[in-house]
Amino acid sequence: MKGSGTAAVRGSHRVNRHNRWGYIFLIPFFAVFVIFQLIPLVQTFYYSFFENYMSGLRQVGPNFIGWANYKKLLVSGDLWAYTKNTMIMWILGFVPQIFFSLLLSAWFTDPSLRLRGQRFFKTVIYLPNLIMAAAFSMLFFTLFANKGPINSLLIQLGIFSKPYKFMSHVGSVRGLVAFMNFLMWFGNTTILLMAGMMGIDTNLFEAAEVDGATSTQIFWKITLPLLKPILVYVMITSLIGGLQMFDVPQILTNGSGNPNRCAMTLIMYLNKHLYSKNYGMAGALSVLLFLITAVLSILVFRLTNADAVEKGEH
Amino acid sequence: MADMSLKKRRAVSVRARRVIAYVVLILLSFLCLFWFYVLFINATRSNGELAKGFTAIPSTHLLKNLNNVLFHGAQDPIRGMINSFIVAASSAVLSTYFSTMTAYAIHAYRFKGRKAIYTFILAVMMIPTQVTALGFIKWMTKLHLMNNFAPLVVPTIAAPVTFFYMKQYMDSVLSPSLLEAARIDGAGEFRTFNIIALPLMKPAIAVQMVFTFVSSWNNYFTPALILKDKAKKTLPILLAELRGADFMKFDMGQVYAMIAFSIFPVIIVYLFLSRYIVGGVTAGGVKE
Repeated sequence: MKGSGTAAVRGSHRVNRHNRWGYIFLIPFFAVFVIFQLIPLVQTFYYSFFENYMSGLRQVGPNFIGWANYKKLLVSGDLWAYTKNTMIMWILGFVPQIFFSLLLSAWFTDPSLRLRGQRFFKTVIYLPNLIMAAAFSMLFFTLFANKGPINSLLIQLGIFSKPYKFMSHVGSVRGLVAFMNFLMWFGNTTILLMAGMMGIDTNLFEAAEVDGATSTQIFWKITLPLLKPILVYVMITSLIGGLQMFDVPQILTNGSGNPNRCAMTLIMYLNKHLYSKNYGMAGALSVLLFLITAVLSILVFRLTNADAVEKGEH
Repeated sequence: MADMSLKKRRAVSVRARRVIAYVVLILLSFLCLFWFYVLFINATRSNGELAKGFTAIPSTHLLKNLNNVLFHGAQDPIRGMINSFIVAASSAVLSTYFSTMTAYAIHAYRFKGRKAIYTFILAVMMIPTQVTALGFIKWMTKLHLMNNFAPLVVPTIAAPVTFFYMKQYMDSVLSPSLLEAARIDGAGEFRTFNIIALPLMKPAIAVQMVFTFVSSWNNYFTPALILKDKAKKTLPILLAELRGADFMKFDMGQVYAMIAFSIFPVIIVYLFLSRYIVGGVTAGGVKE
């Protein structure tokens, strides 16, 4: 490595000549980005200003109607109801997710606990994340069916006297969706938080211990404050993921979100418009979702950048 | 004296906390595995046995159920699995190769606008595919690419998350002097990338191939919009169709066999690769 400085100086002229290759190597990314993401994004914005839907077999439009789709979308109660559903199911899943992830990552990284079998536990808790959400929700649908194995188990154990209709109650449908999201994501979050915790200077823990701090105090007074940037990062990225919630409630409720469309999420709503070729409304909804995600992403970006600068100074 | 009792109290509290930790970990592991255990048991039982209720002991009808669902059902899960595999494997190869190339452009060269382009790629990372879906299907229809795997595979070439991971990894393994040495030896730029850079990136490429494969394999939203042809459908689409069918009248053994057929191959592969996968999660997610 010592010689690299002089080599760089000697070769700087040569390197300059090569630098246009940077553009050439960027061509595949940008060509694909423009064709498969940018053009579709621009078209989505474009179509959001047109009246364009199927009325029976007859296609209406496309006719330019300005902001009318947005007005219709914002005035109709559906948008707000589905936003509420999405948020409720996200929060129901996220609270236990962050709770258990914090607990587990604190335990895994606590040297005084010396937990055995960490690799086994990590492998197991990460497993649901890799399972196809479509298959996982189909599995839960069959397991929690009226005559399914969970009901028979609960009856055999004497907890219920007759089958509980999991798929017919608002609470149990939303609860199952949230529970599946929790199972699929708490392992991932645990591993992310562990990386953050292992980055904390161990001297801090030792000093606190010498001063007689209990492990609970250490967790609340040292670990948690130092972990705040990662926690906020996890929360916002999870919120962005939560807004995109689709596969699990879609398959669990067969696209209906029933009972009472209580599990209908924003992307399920979008999907419905796309299938019924209601393109104007689909466009307006997409643009709204894009803007919300953009705001949240800027927050993440600010945060990680601030974090990087901070780390760079040390 | 006081010091002794404090130490003792500490030891007791550590032991107590350890017990609590194990209990919670075992309960959570149970919550993660229980469903797959029941799935396995039920896939081995006949419809008649399934109607009798829950049991923890496997039966003998696994092969019969699988045979029924794979070769004599309304769907063609084997075709579905092959389709899923083609899409996921080609995505994994293309995405990792070209993401490494993009990272190499930013890493190895100093050109005008480099910083801005880097920031731009990170900024588009968060655009959800769903919000471009409307324009995407209209545009693919125009290009006659509906019912084609290309709209599912080719877009993975522009994968900012994979790019970011590659860039991070490259910073630690590819020194400028190494590339300079290759140039002095007269290697062309493409050759330097393919012969020098790519082999050094192997571990990162392996990790990202697994992640790209899995996310493509599990993807349901976009494939369901693009693939309408029966012979082109991927596994998640078939599972959604199974949910849509009035299958409570079906042979439930077959339904479980179908779900098992989609889930267990992934679990088996995961058991072999878990070390790399679990290790790879952090490297890309949080900055070092």
